[in-house]
Amino acid sequence: MWFVSVCTAMTTHEPVFALIDCNSFYASCERVFRPDLLRTPIVVLSNNDGCVIARSADAKPFVKMGEPYFQIRQRLRQHGIVAFSSNYALYGDMSQRVMTVIEGLVPALEVYSIDEAFAELTGLPFAGMETLGRRLRAEVLRCTGIPTGVGIANTKTLAKLANHAAKRWQRQTGGVVDILDPVKRDKLLKVIEVSEVWGVGRRLTAHLRAMNINTAWDLAQADVWTLRKQFSVVLEKTARELRGTPCLELEEVAPPRQEICCSRMFGKRLHELPEIREAVATYAARACEKLRSQRSLCKKVRVSIRTGMFNPVEAKYAKGVICELPYPTDDTRLISKALTDGLVHVFRTGYAYSKAEVMLLDLRQRGEFTDDLFATTQPASAEKVMQVLDAINSKWGRGTLRPGGVPAAPGWAMRRELLSPSYTTRLDQLWAVS
Amino acid sequence: MQLDYLGRLALLGQIYPLFSFRVPAGFPSPAQDHLEQEISLDELLDLRAPHTYLVRVVGDSMIQAGIFEGDLLVVDRSQQARSGDVVIVALNAEPMVKRLVRENGQLVLRSENPAYSPRYVLEGDELQVWGVVRFSVHCHDHA
Repeated sequence: MWFVSVCTAMTTHEPVFALIDCNSFYASCERVFRPDLLRTPIVVLSNNDGCVIARSADAKPFVKMGEPYFQIRQRLRQHGIVAFSSNYALYGDMSQRVMTVIEGLVPALEVYSIDEAFAELTGLPFAGMETLGRRLRAEVLRCTGIPTGVGIANTKTLAKLANHAAKRWQRQTGGVVDILDPVKRDKLLKVIEVSEVWGVGRRLTAHLRAMNINTAWDLAQADVWTLRKQFSVVLEKTARELRGTPCLELEEVAPPRQEICCSRMFGKRLHELPEIREAVATYAARACEKLRSQRSLCKKVRVSIRTGMFNPVEAKYAKGVICELPYPTDDTRLISKALTDGLVHVFRTGYAYSKAEVMLLDLRQRGEFTDDLFATTQPASAEKVMQVLDAINSKWGRGTLRPGGVPAAPGWAMRRELLSPSYTTRLDQLWAVS
Repeated sequence: MQLDYLGRLALLGQIYPLFSFRVPAGFPSPAQDHLEQEISLDELLDLRAPHTYLVRVVGDSMIQAGIFEGDLLVVDRSQQARSGDVVIVALNAEPMVKRLVRENGQLVLRSENPAYSPRYVLEGDELQVWGVVRFSVHCHDHA
């Protein structure tokens, strides 16, 4: 009897999720250490200062996402908009601070991306939810200077929608929207376009519109079996979640990735094999670090190179090749060798190359792979060498110890001419105040 | 001057529990029962907290508070500034380190150097307190 009563007491708690999302995160990070830019619109550019990947709210009317930097320079100057190269050292550190602050205030947290996190608030008193949301927002702002929006609801999909509302009606809501109340929830669903629902992209929106599903409310009311048959089980879940039935749980530990990619544009066009080989070896070393940090091994790798694709006067070429490794491995030396050998196969002289990409495929966890009892495995000595390599680089900084093919200061490195200092991660670049 | 000896310092970011003595074949070490954890500057300065930031000092406006050019300041963003605190502020968007004082209801930013006059925060001014300076780190090497 006692056991039964405990169970009911636990299950009577309706699930509650919050989505905490940083406002214009990259631009906000830049502003923390530049109080002079509080009212100056900011854009942040992609690697190589290629195109706009983030905008502060006050820059949004003037600049579209993805616009190439070289095309908008004039417009930026005209509106007094300041551009920054992306400073991932800074954004990564600030993200960690934001997540740590939130973690201290909620029972469980799923870091969903660099600037958003789901928190599970199940079991906390319902009436205090909005207050907790405001507290989360205030604490993150106080400790990091980053403004956020908070959405609170019974499911993750609804929390995401509530968060959207918190941002859209920032002034009226103070950045916190709680739609645990079904009346409030339905009122919101009816005014939100279906395209704003989590997981509903542009193409899906077009299909849904054709079926006269225009708002989030329409999707919530749609027949779930039809959705499953015509689209996918994912969209069925979305519709259920919009009705308030939780289908998605908090994922506190990210599952290991199934493939690892490292691809970057070169800072300038490359024509010769040796330079491109340096780049491939560098990307390989980075990809292997990622591989080891999730404790996986890989059996196949893919290397590809390409020229610029948009310039009409440039000859176009793109090619990739998959190489099989002798055994599942995480050894930078072996993987790098396979990739640079592969590069020789795809390289053709006479082209101006703009980008190389390295992928580690067919990943598995250690001990998972047993289809051949007598297959060779990675020697223990390789494991030791990689451990030492990672230990040295973690202590003295990335790239301190590296394979001979990886240059310290490559001539093809990406352009980051508008880079702000790494205020929080480099002693020689700390914020200087007089 | 009196100095208190604090004990040995652990490496930054790492605190080692002290069980490093091997089991001796002869006499056991008499100190073994009295081993404590090593001291960590990270912990003392709360360096790993999400609200702690390091800031580098430029200029000589705070020398009488023992804050010199090139010093490191350990700044706490989470702490509410009180009158008398050394703070990082942005006054009309210009960042500065000053002592924040409330005098007869009037906010004043004081330098700790007679060469600089106090700056009264006036009605049209915009003052943002960025953080409270809790510690400063000064290097005593001489060239």
